[in-house]
Amino acid sequence: MKLLAAMSGGVDSAVAAALAVEAGHDVTGVHLALSEAPATLRTGSRGCCSREDARDAARSADVLDIPFYVWDLAARFKADVVDDFVSEYAAGRTPNPCLRCNEKIKFSAVLDRALALGFDAVVTGHHARLADGVLRRSVDLDKDQSYVLAVLTQEQLAGTVLPLGELTKAEVRAAAAARGLGVADKPDSHDVCFIADGDTAGFLRKRLGAQPGPVVDALTGAVVGTHDGAYGYTVGQRRGLALSVPAADGKPRYVLSVSPVDRTVTVGPAAALDVRTVRATAPVRLVDDLPGRCDVQLRAHGAVHACSVHDEADGWRLELASPARGIAAGQAAVLYDGDRVVASATVSAAV
Amino acid sequence: MAYLDHAASTPMLPEAVAAVTAAMAASGNPSSLHTTGRRARRVVEESREALAQALGARPSEVVFTGGGTESDNLAVKGMYFARRAADPRRTRVLASAVEHHAVLDAVEWLVAHEGATVTWLPVDDVGRVHAEVLADALADDVALVTVMWANNEVGTVQPVRALADLAHEYDVPFHTDAVQAVGQLPLDFAASGVDAMTVTGHKFGGPLGAGALLMGRDVQCTPLLHGGGQERDVRSGTVDVPGVAGLACAATIAVERQPAHAARLSALRDDLVARVQQVLPDAVLNGDTGAGRLPGNAHFSFPGCEGDSLLLLLDARGVEVSTGSACSAGVARPSHVLLAMGAAEERARASLRFSLGHTSTSSDVDALVEALPGVVERARLVRR
Repeated sequence: MKLLAAMSGGVDSAVAAALAVEAGHDVTGVHLALSEAPATLRTGSRGCCSREDARDAARSADVLDIPFYVWDLAARFKADVVDDFVSEYAAGRTPNPCLRCNEKIKFSAVLDRALALGFDAVVTGHHARLADGVLRRSVDLDKDQSYVLAVLTQEQLAGTVLPLGELTKAEVRAAAAARGLGVADKPDSHDVCFIADGDTAGFLRKRLGAQPGPVVDALTGAVVGTHDGAYGYTVGQRRGLALSVPAADGKPRYVLSVSPVDRTVTVGPAAALDVRTVRATAPVRLVDDLPGRCDVQLRAHGAVHACSVHDEADGWRLELASPARGIAAGQAAVLYDGDRVVASATVSAAV
Repeated sequence: MAYLDHAASTPMLPEAVAAVTAAMAASGNPSSLHTTGRRARRVVEESREALAQALGARPSEVVFTGGGTESDNLAVKGMYFARRAADPRRTRVLASAVEHHAVLDAVEWLVAHEGATVTWLPVDDVGRVHAEVLADALADDVALVTVMWANNEVGTVQPVRALADLAHEYDVPFHTDAVQAVGQLPLDFAASGVDAMTVTGHKFGGPLGAGALLMGRDVQCTPLLHGGGQERDVRSGTVDVPGVAGLACAATIAVERQPAHAARLSALRDDLVARVQQVLPDAVLNGDTGAGRLPGNAHFSFPGCEGDSLLLLLDARGVEVSTGSACSAGVARPSHVLLAMGAAEERARASLRFSLGHTSTSSDVDALVEALPGVVERARLVRR
């Protein structure tokens, strides 16, 4: 096949491209320039598109002896991922930008362009198994990224090759070293790539401005503190609340809900975070018939809960067998049948 | 493989390879006082004389550098510093809007860090600076004028002699980046009237990383590199003996062959242009025609395509071309040259440069013309 390998400059995508070459495919590498003002050098484990990363990707392509180009998708990335991230927080939801990037950039803008240019599919270094249209968890459960790929449609998956699903991260690094790829021991990237210093609240404050409001205790209805912007809070959050009135029971309080419209952050005890019913909209099915009972994962690297799925007018109602804690609207609810992804949807409410 | 990117770098002439390797086999620092040092210095000085001879300059007017970018930086910044030191009112730089980034970025650095102001001299729709434009911009506060000899993207040749004469009416020094011109156009430093001229070896069959700034003896220029003053006290650093040997050798041959080379390239280029327009009637030729254009340059916009996509698809078919505007991360931006010529951003992004050189043959043009229609059709499928 003619394959386009998306190469971030990290070890995973370099090994994915290498395995595609070794499988006999005709591989071309591209690095996606996603930042409108790329830094010259990478700093720590954050950021994914400094010029140093582009150079690392180019070096890996050199070693593999494949053509390599840089595609400037900074404008698309800003519109579809960064701006979406900000507006989701402004609306009181908690988005997953990696998932959005896969949905809108890697397996949409890039895949479309690749297909138009005559490639058969896009290769990425995601840790997940994909064969015959069936998406499954990676054998390395710690590194499994099937959650952030679950939003892809059957059509998108048909244009995707994931060579790393059968490998652990350690095996990927060993494979890189064995092939002389200089990125073999490059640190993993974490956090949101476009927030270089990791300060999400600060990033949002700069874009949304201060929007002060009350912090309300769910049990008493009393105002127990103030905040600079509800968007700085996520359901389940405990730290950084700076409450002026202690809880009656003396126990820690957590963010239970965030309402940007009336600028209110509601807090309460841990037990109030427990959720057994989740509503989700905009479902994407990867199988024709959903099993009545399956497992649901409600955040990246989060716990898995057995659940039953019930159709509703605009999506599903999921009844969890065990309580989930701190579920925020905007996150993806991904349904698994064992290790197989069967569907995904966006959490709209948790009860 | 059809290599149509000679304007980026052209293969070294075998004679230049021989000159470089011969110098590499010898040793010595040309600044040393002993026999070995003298032998190295002799190579440097003979290279200086040969380069001066080839380009119509005096040996004392040759400052060896590490290439075109260094020469442009030395000329623009060094002349700016010297002129401002002599009269603090001279802080304005006049530069054409279609300069290479080595000049553009040096000028913008002066603006950002040294209190300079800049007047970008506009160009017409083929990319040419008109004398009236320069005349209007000249005044007593001008530190220097810099206008390239011929444009690296669209190949437009500038009226350098006329522009330099105008600058001299105000006693303003004139620099020209002649990187693309050596070996393609007749070029004579003394006759051109310019005060400083940038050249670099790898555009005419010499090695990469070896260039020179030709600079009149009375031109004031503040050094940028300090530490020995090896080159006329204006450029420090041990001279790259093999590099300048290859540079001088290539310049001598390129200049000697220039008339025949230009005639052959022009014919080949005209054939390329005619055949591209035949297979793709909506392709837009950018830049000038005839004597107003570098003989080896062709530059087209292909409506509905992105240059990036065309480059990738042609590369996969063994045809190597350029979008003409590379950036640090390899990210393509719409060409500032095309934009300055009045092209819309879409046309600027849709452009490709084909540049011919001494190894080009009609089979290279055949390969391009055969691949291009399918590639353009395919590239049009890419949604923007």
